[in-house]
Amino acid sequence: MHQERATAVVVDGLRKTYGAKVAVDEISLNVYEGEIFGILGPNGAGKSTTVESIAGLRVGDKGRIRVHGIDPRTDRAAVTEVLGVQLQEAKLQPKITVKEALELWSAFYPDPEPWAPLAERLGLGGHLQQRFEHLSGGQQQRLSIALAMIGRPRVVVLDELTTGLDPRARREVWDLVRDVRDRGVTVLLVTHSMEEAQTLCDRIAIVDSGRIRALDTPAGLIDAASAATITTFETEVAIDLAALRELDGVAAARSENGLVTVEGAEGVALAVVEALRTQGVTPQRFRVAAGTLDAAYLDLTETITAMEALR
Amino acid sequence: MTSPTVAMIRTETRLFTRERLSLFWILAFPTLLLVVLGVVPAFREYNEDFGNRRLIDLYVPTTVLLSMIMAAIMTMPPTLTGYRETGVLRRLGTTPARPSSILLGQVLVHAVAVAASSVIVIVVGRVVFGTPLPGSILGYAAAYVLALAVSLGIGTAITAVSPNAKTGQVVAMAAFIPSMFTAGVYFPVEVFGGTVRDIISLTPYGAASNALNDAGAGDFPQLMDLAVMGGWTILLYVIAVRAFKWE
Repeated sequence: MHQERATAVVVDGLRKTYGAKVAVDEISLNVYEGEIFGILGPNGAGKSTTVESIAGLRVGDKGRIRVHGIDPRTDRAAVTEVLGVQLQEAKLQPKITVKEALELWSAFYPDPEPWAPLAERLGLGGHLQQRFEHLSGGQQQRLSIALAMIGRPRVVVLDELTTGLDPRARREVWDLVRDVRDRGVTVLLVTHSMEEAQTLCDRIAIVDSGRIRALDTPAGLIDAASAATITTFETEVAIDLAALRELDGVAAARSENGLVTVEGAEGVALAVVEALRTQGVTPQRFRVAAGTLDAAYLDLTETITAMEALR
Repeated sequence: MTSPTVAMIRTETRLFTRERLSLFWILAFPTLLLVVLGVVPAFREYNEDFGNRRLIDLYVPTTVLLSMIMAAIMTMPPTLTGYRETGVLRRLGTTPARPSSILLGQVLVHAVAVAASSVIVIVVGRVVFGTPLPGSILGYAAAYVLALAVSLGIGTAITAVSPNAKTGQVVAMAAFIPSMFTAGVYFPVEVFGGTVRDIISLTPYGAASNALNDAGAGDFPQLMDLAVMGGWTILLYVIAVRAFKWE
């Protein structure tokens, strides 16, 4: 269904090493116009290096990158006009006010968006005279998004934009990202939060140790995982777990204090009901839930780095 | 429409006026020091050892250099290493404005502040203590421009070789004390003779001090002093350009 859509960003065989360490190892991806594309992975997976290469801040050792047809390596100036960037933990001058920052960034672009309505929409209207150092984390992030948007970019890169925000501020920022996409801007979202990726993204690339481990819609990633569904029920009598484990599509079955959990592919729940009937067991509180991206992610990145990031 | 560079310079100027400590050390402190020293009677006595000049006369070029030291070594490097450490430079690298424009803004703002401070020092010295105005305007201008260039060279080189603000502080301190000494802030280096004096004359502020004194007395500065400052300037900018990291 995506095949006919125009491509905003192309990364083809990107490789980047720092000394002996391979940060990005042959990453290839296409970001379609108007989608929210997530790059998800543990810290140090190569996410930031990938987007910084797209922004022209880094030059890969190998590979081809195009942003709306522009090569960021040879034509960085042209890329800055179509690509807005919010960088991970990049701050502004501590004593610059919100208004001054918006005015300064406006002067960088040939046809900037009027900053006053933009600030208003981002909830910064009441803080125009406030200095950057006195803004809360959420306000700083919103200003950062405003600055990334001010040049009317066609693609905007948002790198770890909700790190360190409280849950309410996170949701506000998420609404903003959807708002940005609804205005026709392609969003490239870098995150290590699975919840964020699952909530916001149309498609997700799961990156680990410099490689793409999977690339699909959130639902597609969950379906493909061995634990697409989670079936739980209670029984009063002991049941034959081994028989359940032998069912087609079951990834795991366990029993704790009378609560049985069966993880498995789509349709496993029906097979479980059938198996219980042959065992003569009536399950209580029978529930089926969709698997989460967490499980899919773990499935895909069974590495120590991933385990550490999830802790 | 304003160009990105002009907008950047304007913003950095505005931000500089909010740095009260920087303003004090660059603009007020040199003149304050001159006034405090001038109040001491001994500083107003003519001394044959100093070419029949008064100590206060010697302290005018010294306090001019003091404002350069304050700006270039004490206030500019921490600002720039801060911009690098907090990602301001990296962030600017993703916009049509180049991150170099913010460095240019900082250098210009500090240069202008130093120039303003120098005017205050010279005028206050003249009005309050009757210190002589520069005798050779052309010579003074040449010495001044080179002294300012070498100062900003020291500042940018400190920024370039310091990987973070903490190291920057140590490097700045290491440059600060010999600079203050050779500029004659602690006591006039004229008290030294022979080899020690020759060595001091080979330092940026030793040469700057000689050149400003000569020009103040009405002579064109010694070419050797100008060459020392020029040589240091080139060396420092080469170091700065080679070692500078944007992140």
